[in-house]
Amino acid sequence: MTAAIIILTSLALIFGLALGYASIRFRLEGNPVADQIEALLPQTQCAQCGYPGCRPYAEAIAADEVDINRCPPGGEAGIKQLADLLGKNPIPLDADAGIEKALPEVAIIHEDICIGCTKCIQACPVDAILGAAKKMHTIIAAECTGCELCIPPCPVDCIDMIPVSIDLTNWQSDKPVPITIISKQLTSADNAGEAVA
Amino acid sequence: MDHSSIENIGKHLHNFPGGLKLKHYKALSCSKPLPAQQLPLSQEYIIPVSQHLGRPAEIIVSPGQQVKKGQPLSVPGNASSTPGAYVHAPTSGEIVAIEQRPVPHPSGLNSTCIILRADGKDDWIELEPVTDYRQLSRQQLIQRVQMAGIVGLGGAVFPTDIKLQGGAGSIDTLILNGAECEPYISCDETLMKQDPEKIIQGALILSQVLNIKRVLVAIEDPMDACYQKLQTSIKTLGAADCIKVVRVPMLYPEGGERQLIQVLSGTEVPAGKLPVSMGILVLNVATAAAIKDAIIDGKPLIERLVTVTGAGICEPQNVVARIGTPIADLISFCGGYTPGIASLVMGGPLMGIGLQSDSLPIIKASNCILALTHADISSPQVEMPCINCGDCVGVCPAGLLPQTLQMVIRAENFEALEELNLDACIECGCCDYICPSHIPLVDYFRYGKSEQRVRTVERKQSDLAKLRFDRREKRLAKQQTERRARHLKRKQALAGSSDKKDSVAAAIARAKARKQALTTTPRDSDSNTDSGEQS
Ligand code: SF4
Ligand code: SF4
Ligand code: SF4
Ligand code: SF4
Repeated sequence: MTAAIIILTSLALIFGLALGYASIRFRLEGNPVADQIEALLPQTQCAQCGYPGCRPYAEAIAADEVDINRCPPGGEAGIKQLADLLGKNPIPLDADAGIEKALPEVAIIHEDICIGCTKCIQACPVDAILGAAKKMHTIIAAECTGCELCIPPCPVDCIDMIPVSIDLTNWQSDKPVPITIISKQLTSADNAGEAVA
Repeated sequence: MDHSSIENIGKHLHNFPGGLKLKHYKALSCSKPLPAQQLPLSQEYIIPVSQHLGRPAEIIVSPGQQVKKGQPLSVPGNASSTPGAYVHAPTSGEIVAIEQRPVPHPSGLNSTCIILRADGKDDWIELEPVTDYRQLSRQQLIQRVQMAGIVGLGGAVFPTDIKLQGGAGSIDTLILNGAECEPYISCDETLMKQDPEKIIQGALILSQVLNIKRVLVAIEDPMDACYQKLQTSIKTLGAADCIKVVRVPMLYPEGGERQLIQVLSGTEVPAGKLPVSMGILVLNVATAAAIKDAIIDGKPLIERLVTVTGAGICEPQNVVARIGTPIADLISFCGGYTPGIASLVMGGPLMGIGLQSDSLPIIKASNCILALTHADISSPQVEMPCINCGDCVGVCPAGLLPQTLQMVIRAENFEALEELNLDACIECGCCDYICPSHIPLVDYFRYGKSEQRVRTVERKQSDLAKLRFDRREKRLAKQQTERRARHLKRKQALAGSSDKKDSVAAAIARAKARKQALTTTPRDSDSNTDSGEQS
């Protein structure tokens, strides 16, 4: 009996020490949960979530300070992914943060109006604007995240958002819709009309 | 890489999993006497500048310009980032517009097209034929292939020069694919019957470019006439020691690149790898013939053989059509539509794409224009739930699980697609064809693939945004610490040793004294410093 107690106690001690050592020796650098969350955020860096970028929002979610439904660019799909990752229930997007855009957009500067004040350059979180003082500015469309942060600072309102145009390079095929046929004759006649215009 | 199987490639034939035995309708378009007729000049040609995958090329002509037949209209942009190909004028005439026009593409979207009005003279630019291509270096040959705008004519339209460039030294076998497996298409068969020397000469040029001794021309088993013709040309050109014709059994889709390799070598091209990794390059027979035209005659790729067929066409046949010809011109040349016409397809019935109208142009990828009647197409069937019969798994030549894939895509669980190897699906349509529940499986797979593609692009973009955001944050932080450090230094310097202050004051006093002593223009220098301080 005593032998058993002694053996178990010493085993508990040994393992306790080993685990304690391991937790110090093999501690993970950084904040792995926040990293995983950040990987799901769209990196638009628009601050609509109320944090100055996606990383701070990820850290706040990891610390359970805020709900997962405050990122409009990520939208419902993003919320679902976050919910899956964190084992939470998906909730609708918080309308206070903003609304999800139907189509991706990029900013464009009307170059004939631009006065070269450099205000938009300072606002852009991803350095997507090129220009210099008193020179015309322009936006590198491929690098613009569509965050709209450059719009309010412009004193002459020369920045607009335009939808990203769909061409053969970024076209997406639609999800097949199950066919429901009311009358077979009707559908085939329709086809003929469409096919050979 | 399994070298033993490469050594014996083509000696014994093997099988690929799945496949379908389809009824063939090739005879339909093969009844006219050869050679295939050249289409008369059209009034207007619509030449899309982006006929290949990737970004549109750089257009080097402008509206109003007169061009000659064979003159380059657009050149590939930055070839290192996106593959591109030259596009040439199909005849002489005037460029009337450069505008967005609908092109043959599953999206039905518009793309930039050059509109050329023919002047009827059909004047060639000055061609540069080569009397002996053996004198040319590998690079010179590849450059000529590039300048001729040659792309894979089997339908993939990947620029051939890039394929040849990539295969430097690592290729030991070239397979020329003449195994047209789609039930209606016969343009390659026609080419092999009427111009076998072109193909064999092209094969010889390619074997010099690739520095190889083994070329296999794969044709379908019943193509007897082609076999004889090719063998004769091989003999006359004295190429019997390096070029062999192999007949492969007809089992759709044996003409698929990976399936053909598996039939010939018995080895599967590993998923996610290209045939080049096995030392094999596959080109279409028509591509080889176009290479002959480009190297020996100096002619760019401006026309191709097109099968115009189907029960919806009055006189089905193969025709030689220039790139850019409106499809309607091919149809009227072939006697027009029959009354039962229901739909137009570019390509075969299984892998082709539906066309919205016959005003679309022929492009380099157009091997077949198929006009189907109501009798051909079963009216759209109601999609029933999957009954897990497993038929689709049995016919898939890529060894995939169409049924699982379909469920995963329906559930939009796109992360799982990678593991299920959706990329390996060649969209052959076998599963679609066999499915008793009429599930449009290929449509689901195309949707899944495009969704995957978009996700990859989005991921890349967000990674880029993160990188740029982080760099900016770092830069701003660095600027701030630097500014702080500068301020601190200056403050310390000012508040620092009083001797220093004294010595500065002493220096100023000395300078003033000196100025007064000189008395040239003391007031001027004073006012200068004043104005400087004020401004
Ligand atoms: S709202 Fe979304 S995209 Fe914008 S900064 Fe916050 S997490 Fe990033
Ligand atoms: S250009 Fe404007 S919209 Fe685009 S990323 Fe920069 S600040 Fe945002
Ligand atoms: S379409 Fe794709 S999944 Fe279906 S049989 Fe062909 S390769 Fe297999
Ligand atoms: S053939 Fe159709 S019904 Fe049968 S398992 Fe495949 S998807 Fe399901």
